[in-house]
Amino acid sequence: MTIPKGGNPFARVRFDYASNGFSALTGLATLLIVAILFVILGNIAYFGWPSLSWRFVTGGTEKDMFNVDHAGVMPMIFGTAALVILMSIAVVPVGVITAVYLTEYTQSNSVMTRVIRGAVNNLAGVPSIVFGLFGLGFFINFVGQNMDAILGKADEPVWGKPAILWAALTLAILTLPVVIVATEEALKAIPNGLREASLALGATKLQTVMKIVIPQALPGIMTGSILAVSRGAGEVAPIMFTGAAYYMAELPSRLTDQFMELGYHVFILSTQSPDIERTRPILYATVVVLLGLTFLLNFVAILVRAQMRRKLRSLS
Amino acid sequence: MTDSIVPKSLVPRAADGAAPPASTLIETERLSLYYGSTQALKEITLTIPEKEVTALIGPSGCGKSTFLRCFNRMNDLIDSVRIEGKVSIGGQDIHAPEVDVIELRKKVGMVFQKSNPFPKSIFENIAYGLRLAGVRTKSEIETAVETSLRGAALWEEVKDRLHSSALGLSGGQQQRLCIARAIAIRPEVVLMDEPASALDPIATSRIEELILELKREFTIVIVTHNMQQAARISDHTAFFYLGKLIEFGTTRRIFTNPREKQTEDYVTGRFG
Amino acid sequence: MTHHFEQELQELKDLLLAMTSRGAAAVGNAIKALVDRDEALARKVIEDDRELDRLEIEIDDKSISLLAQAPLARDLRTVTVAMKISHDLERIGDEATTIARRSLDLNQEPQLKPYVDIPRMSELALAMLHEALTAFVTLDAERARQVIPRDKEVDLLNKQLQRELASYMVERPVTISRCLHLMVISKALERVADHAKNFAEEVVYLCEAVDIRHPNAPR
Repeated sequence: MTIPKGGNPFARVRFDYASNGFSALTGLATLLIVAILFVILGNIAYFGWPSLSWRFVTGGTEKDMFNVDHAGVMPMIFGTAALVILMSIAVVPVGVITAVYLTEYTQSNSVMTRVIRGAVNNLAGVPSIVFGLFGLGFFINFVGQNMDAILGKADEPVWGKPAILWAALTLAILTLPVVIVATEEALKAIPNGLREASLALGATKLQTVMKIVIPQALPGIMTGSILAVSRGAGEVAPIMFTGAAYYMAELPSRLTDQFMELGYHVFILSTQSPDIERTRPILYATVVVLLGLTFLLNFVAILVRAQMRRKLRSLS
Repeated sequence: MTDSIVPKSLVPRAADGAAPPASTLIETERLSLYYGSTQALKEITLTIPEKEVTALIGPSGCGKSTFLRCFNRMNDLIDSVRIEGKVSIGGQDIHAPEVDVIELRKKVGMVFQKSNPFPKSIFENIAYGLRLAGVRTKSEIETAVETSLRGAALWEEVKDRLHSSALGLSGGQQQRLCIARAIAIRPEVVLMDEPASALDPIATSRIEELILELKREFTIVIVTHNMQQAARISDHTAFFYLGKLIEFGTTRRIFTNPREKQTEDYVTGRFG
Repeated sequence: MTHHFEQELQELKDLLLAMTSRGAAAVGNAIKALVDRDEALARKVIEDDRELDRLEIEIDDKSISLLAQAPLARDLRTVTVAMKISHDLERIGDEATTIARRSLDLNQEPQLKPYVDIPRMSELALAMLHEALTAFVTLDAERARQVIPRDKEVDLLNKQLQRELASYMVERPVTISRCLHLMVISKALERVADHAKNFAEEVVYLCEAVDIRHPNAPR
């Protein structure tokens, strides 16, 4: 090793433009994204904050919802929450079972697998408005109306009209790919050695899946559910024709009831208002509540998942 | 008969003082196995003696692990596998339609190369298999857990933390836990696929000591890459090459004076 | 096995070869010193024995180092056999030294009679050693087996010579000291043949993993 006169044999030879340039670029990109987020959130918060009040968040609204004094979003909060809960009840079991079937029970390149996977991928690419139309055409006009016919209520439709149930099911179909993919990833991440160990002890495949695989995959399944909930709470198009209402005097109490919803309400406020200047503050405030609710839902779900992870690590 | 280095007190003797012949537990008859169109095992005929340690040696890819997995039908899990020939355990053809694979696996246990404890507590790891085997009451399970942990020479080290995570144990301890888990349900055969290959020499020698004790109760078949290990702990050795059984005999003969040149070449490290 | 191991094993065999030819040379020279009454040669034989001792140690050392690599089958037998053969060769060297010392003593007095039997015994023993060595190098068990019975010939010659010398001593007491020296030399040569026989037995074991020593011992 030749020692240069200065004495440091490991001195930098020349400035690395490429590496440093790339670091700078990625730093800049991050900054940009954070900045955009700040601008959007900041804009919303700035304009929406003044209209936020306890009354706003917890109070109901009059039919004349464009009047600041009469505005309240409690019914919408309730509606959104109920919608999302119903949706989860529908989508999580179906999604998890499908993912379990795909991962554990089929060969990775059999025809069945490829068909199912193809269907899931295509489903993920369908525009939300199409789901809305599907919900209308299938759930309401076909299933609902036939149910009414069978139950003898053809003239006064109970099921064959927009309802929170149909809206929830429509959203469930929309978010199904998300749950399936997240669950599959979680299942694939479980090392095969665990399955082999269980089978070698004389467990059936079902026992192995139920007692070893799924419990290990629960955090991943939770992730899928969180993603589904976030998506579901924000979509408006699928619920427009299937259950969301412009105005409801009462909170929905039955599956056949319609409901008010935060996202839909934002849509209504921005398109149906006679005086946009007066309505704007309410609009922004509603958006703040919507975002707040979404963040809250996410946060709670993440907490639950972290708790699950901690439990898995330290154990029974 | 084995060239016996086992102390006389451990060899069961009949009333007239003559040692009874080792009864055969596992037999294969012209066993062949295909992965799709590739033949991985070629007409293996072998008899594995009861309550002894039999080592399967051979270069990588020679089929010894595949052969091992035939005994608990773990190869069934791979769709493209096809079997010809017969495998009997205790006289029963294990591929016969009346054989329940689940029950077979309770009698033929397996320890894997990479230790795979469940991400549960040490206690639950062993209780899992016990519950599958129908042990229900808490006290029975606790007794069985202790017995198997003692049998695996692990009890003293973990008795105060049975309910802590199994993943917190060292590599060697985890492997001994897997052995305890396997023997807890009292199988008749324990299959071991290179159980010590991922362990340091001290952990390895503890596993080897354990195997020597276990053979009093269980028939053990072990796949190993380590010639010295096979020479240390096994009674009989089978040498495989390219899916064929080349030679089978007492360990002492295989390692000091093998009959086949291929065996000699492998054992002295002069292969390929 | 690694190339390194192969090399070391070959070095071990080479050492055995070297030791054998030295041992044979020592015996040959000792007899020559006796017959030619060559004092310088006799002293040389005694001096050179040190080299044989050193070779025995070197062979044992190398054997241990090879054993630590846990050789098996023929490799294992080669190493254990090498250790035993080196011991036999070292004893052969000692016998040569004995012969040399006694020949120095014999030089103090006039030669008793022409030496016939002693050189004959030496020839036979060295031939056995040579055959055993060839069998070792060529791994020829049959050749080694044929060496073994030849030990009897040397035994017979020794007994015969012992008797002759004994009666000579009785008849002519003045020759007692010279006769005794010659008896010792004869016995030494009988032992050389014995060691050569051991060498051959070890070669049979190496080739066939069959231990043909001590046929009368209970197994």
